[in-house]
Amino acid sequence: MSLAISARFARRELRGGLRGFRIFLACLALGVAAIAAVGTVRAGIEAGLIRNGAALLGGDAEIQLTYRYASDAELAFMNQIADRVSETVDFRSMVVVTRGADTERGLTQVRAVDDLYPLIGAVTLAPDMPLAKAFKGANGLPGAVIEQALADRLALRPGDRFRLGTQDFILSAILAKYPDNGTGGFGLGPRSLVLTRDLANSGLITEGTLFSTNYRLDLPQGADLAALETQAETRFRDSGLRWHDSRRGAGGAQSFVDRIGAFLILVGLSGLAVGGVGVSAAVRAYLASKTGVIATLKTLGATRRIIFQTYFIQIGVLTVIGITLGLILGAALPLLFAPLIAASLPIPTDFTLYPAPLIEAALYGTLAALIFTLWPLARTEDIRAATLFRDALATSRSLPALRYLIATAALIAALIGAAIWLTGTAFLTLWMAGGITGALVILTLAALLIRGVARAGRTAARGRPALRLALGAIGARGGESTSVVLSLGLGLAVLAAVGQIDGNLRSAFADELPAIAPSYFFVDIQPDQIDGFKARLAADPAVTKTEAAPMLRGVITRINGRPAEDVAGGSWVLHGDRGVTYADAMPPTTTITEGKWWPENYDGPPLLSFSDEEAREIGLRIGDTVTVNILGRDITATIASFRQVNFESAGIGFVIAMNAAALQGAPHTWIATVYADQAAEAQILRDLANAYPNITAIAIRDAITQVADLVAGIAAGVRYGALATLLTGFLVLIGAAAAGEQARTYEAAVLKTLGATRGRILYSFALRAALLGAGAGIVALVAGMLGGWAVTTYIMENSYKIIWGNALWIVLGGILATMLAGLGFALRSLNAKPAQVLRGRE
Amino acid sequence: MPAPILSLTDAALSLMGNAGRVDILSGITLDVVQGETLGLVGPSGSGKSSLLMLMGGLEQATGGTVTALGQDLTTMDEDGLARFRRDNMGVVFQSFHLIPTMTALENVATPLELAGHHDAFTRAAAELAAVGLASRADHYPAQLSGGEQQRVALARASAPRPKILLADEPTGNLDETNGSAIIDLLFGLRDRHGATLIMVTHADELARRCDRIVRLRDGRIDLASAGATTGATAKAAE
Repeated sequence: MSLAISARFARRELRGGLRGFRIFLACLALGVAAIAAVGTVRAGIEAGLIRNGAALLGGDAEIQLTYRYASDAELAFMNQIADRVSETVDFRSMVVVTRGADTERGLTQVRAVDDLYPLIGAVTLAPDMPLAKAFKGANGLPGAVIEQALADRLALRPGDRFRLGTQDFILSAILAKYPDNGTGGFGLGPRSLVLTRDLANSGLITEGTLFSTNYRLDLPQGADLAALETQAETRFRDSGLRWHDSRRGAGGAQSFVDRIGAFLILVGLSGLAVGGVGVSAAVRAYLASKTGVIATLKTLGATRRIIFQTYFIQIGVLTVIGITLGLILGAALPLLFAPLIAASLPIPTDFTLYPAPLIEAALYGTLAALIFTLWPLARTEDIRAATLFRDALATSRSLPALRYLIATAALIAALIGAAIWLTGTAFLTLWMAGGITGALVILTLAALLIRGVARAGRTAARGRPALRLALGAIGARGGESTSVVLSLGLGLAVLAAVGQIDGNLRSAFADELPAIAPSYFFVDIQPDQIDGFKARLAADPAVTKTEAAPMLRGVITRINGRPAEDVAGGSWVLHGDRGVTYADAMPPTTTITEGKWWPENYDGPPLLSFSDEEAREIGLRIGDTVTVNILGRDITATIASFRQVNFESAGIGFVIAMNAAALQGAPHTWIATVYADQAAEAQILRDLANAYPNITAIAIRDAITQVADLVAGIAAGVRYGALATLLTGFLVLIGAAAAGEQARTYEAAVLKTLGATRGRILYSFALRAALLGAGAGIVALVAGMLGGWAVTTYIMENSYKIIWGNALWIVLGGILATMLAGLGFALRSLNAKPAQVLRGRE
Repeated sequence: MPAPILSLTDAALSLMGNAGRVDILSGITLDVVQGETLGLVGPSGSGKSSLLMLMGGLEQATGGTVTALGQDLTTMDEDGLARFRRDNMGVVFQSFHLIPTMTALENVATPLELAGHHDAFTRAAAELAAVGLASRADHYPAQLSGGEQQRVALARASAPRPKILLADEPTGNLDETNGSAIIDLLFGLRDRHGATLIMVTHADELARRCDRIVRLRDGRIDLASAGATTGATAKAAE
């Protein structure tokens, strides 16, 4: 009954239109639109990846092996389950081009293939020709194709010659497109395609070389992928075999899209929090204008429940309108820009209308609207019928009734829970929720402080009316200060945090890492080459340091006899293969944190030394046994010690080191890092590459640049998300300025009556906006720096430094945004005729 | 003597403001009998409107008791008071306090709807016709003159047939012609429905139309005003 009456009253009130709710609707719509758009783009990319799963994978399923070819048993298994099996070999190498006396080298990611390649999809070459024809080559030399970037770098054109290891090739065509490019992950060099059999004389794929083999399987129609995966993993459990299939064809790319998408949705949620401040302010202003109506209804006999329901229904209707607008915008924008987005991505996309991300955005929007409107709505209970007679002496509670506090807490928990569930990242969501809550608390306290300081400053500003008026307005109760500091502050705080994190990351890549990182990283040095290799470097005064270590790659399969995944499945160390080294005497740079290094010439049962931090993460103890599968052979070793390993310096770092006798006999190669003067680097590379054509040199500076570019791309995406948050903050500012327009008009009219010029009044308004904006900017900067420091220190485990350029922009941005919004609305106030305004007040 | 419909015993009202406690009313003892018309007069700030608020349960007494229709208003909560007003009282304000988003008809129907009357709109239409505004039923308050708005407010107050009608300076915002028309209507409605009318006014002439006059000064009943009573009981507290 009461609900029906409330609904009738609500409908009557809403007939007046949505004029007072433009900011409410804009804030909510923008927040929801940002999340819906990110979700739709993510869904479009994921759908593209899933639809093209088999093509991206190169087959219905793939079995990947590290450092070795498939055993007879494994091959037999594959031939038994698949109609066709295609083998590819992936490794890094150097493309060498000799022109007279000049020799140029370029790092490349080689994919050596068989005649069946590609099992699914097609390779596009320029000039257009079949791949088989391209591999035929010319003049008795086999053919190869490389990507445009590598051709450009080495000035190669179709018909030119180049060398891989000791084998010459003819560049037949440029590799324009190939289907299985979604699984390679992060490659350090552009791609080259050759036939595996043409590498027989290259000296590149020998025992111990770093390579992986991929067996692409063309399975019969309707094959049960899950069952086959279980079968493969059970049968070859400890062989280090990895199974991928078209259900998640672009595993790496999909995970990357998932993570970036989740992060951007969380940034979108911070936008919704900023919008929430605007929504809350709009509802407060609306209900303030309804005080008389509420008091009248109470006089006529309406209970608190009827009143609450009446306004809850109204706000509910507006929330539905705002969310609907946001969903339309969020779904339409990606569709509108689909061709542009698709063209800028290296992976296939499938943009259409996806209900799931829209439902997700609507859920966030609903919860955020409820969280931010419940308290102002609860205030309707405090409006007494007596307000019709007097309001000067009215007092109200500072907090709403307990049931509203409990409801708000439950809604916040639901929002965080939904975000954790839907983004799948509890860690990131909780950090973000903590950050937003912390920022809101800091900003609320700061708003109180700014108002207090402004009030106190009025006395000091006596004799300077413009400043005194500005301080008076900032310090006034019920003024716009709180919502300006909260909304602009939160928007700027997110931008400041992103700027500080990005700046610190860039600084790490641009300054710190190159300063401590080696010049070159050499891989695939054969054991019989290492002495000559070291001798060349030892004789060079430009070389400041050389580190070399034997390297094998292995997969940790068991810990204390139990499958490793069962013991600590979440640890990165257990995902895929890891580098394993061996040493007899303890290297001079090693620091043991627990246990003991094995004695020299030890040849007893295998012992190993584990990286300290990772061991703790997994929960290993001295004396535990770890089984590592190397080249298909299980080696079980007992942990003798833990040692410090620094993975951040781009130097040599191995999670596992074994005693020499345990691994010496296995086929392996050496890796080395060379620290040298930059001027001498080119000559060192020339000499070593000429002497040992099979080795691959990775220029660390290039690699760092490549990683830095990738990080910069991600940071740019995040910054766009943060800008959407700031735009919402700006909308709230406009709302606050619009709400204060009447008060400013009255103030201007009184001041004009008292003899103030328009210039002077404008100056006072500008001063007020600038002071408030600077205050919000500084507080946002402090909050953003705190966030940046926490993420840099605890998540990235890096040292934090303040990025002053970004900091300055944040404060300036605060001032500019507030002045723009404030002064935009001040002009009408300034132009109003005082008599008209003052008479209207009587 | 008939039993009082409204009774205040040593009632007091103090409010906490930013500058501390303000005593608005004190020592108010007053009985109003059923069917009586009572005029509350006094200078500005004497507490007339506050006394009316206490009687209507719009303000909670901070001392003494306020009883209406045998029920102690000081013990009721906000919702209890709202329901009590819905069932027993009609209030007319100086500033009309019509709901701007509702038409004249909807404004009049509101208390009837709150009371759960299914024929709320039929009764509201009849009530509007009774105050001469049948043709303005679909007009919003902003489309009505001050006199018309007050007539709608009168219709709204009398529509649920309240036992007690409270009027706070009902002509305060109107010119003389409109003011006198409103008073005629107010007394006419009261005569027709037999409600008890308590009216705050500045105008002695208007107050003299009531059965009894109570004068307030500095938040207390002026003992001298006892002489202005006509056929009713007024007890002044010490």
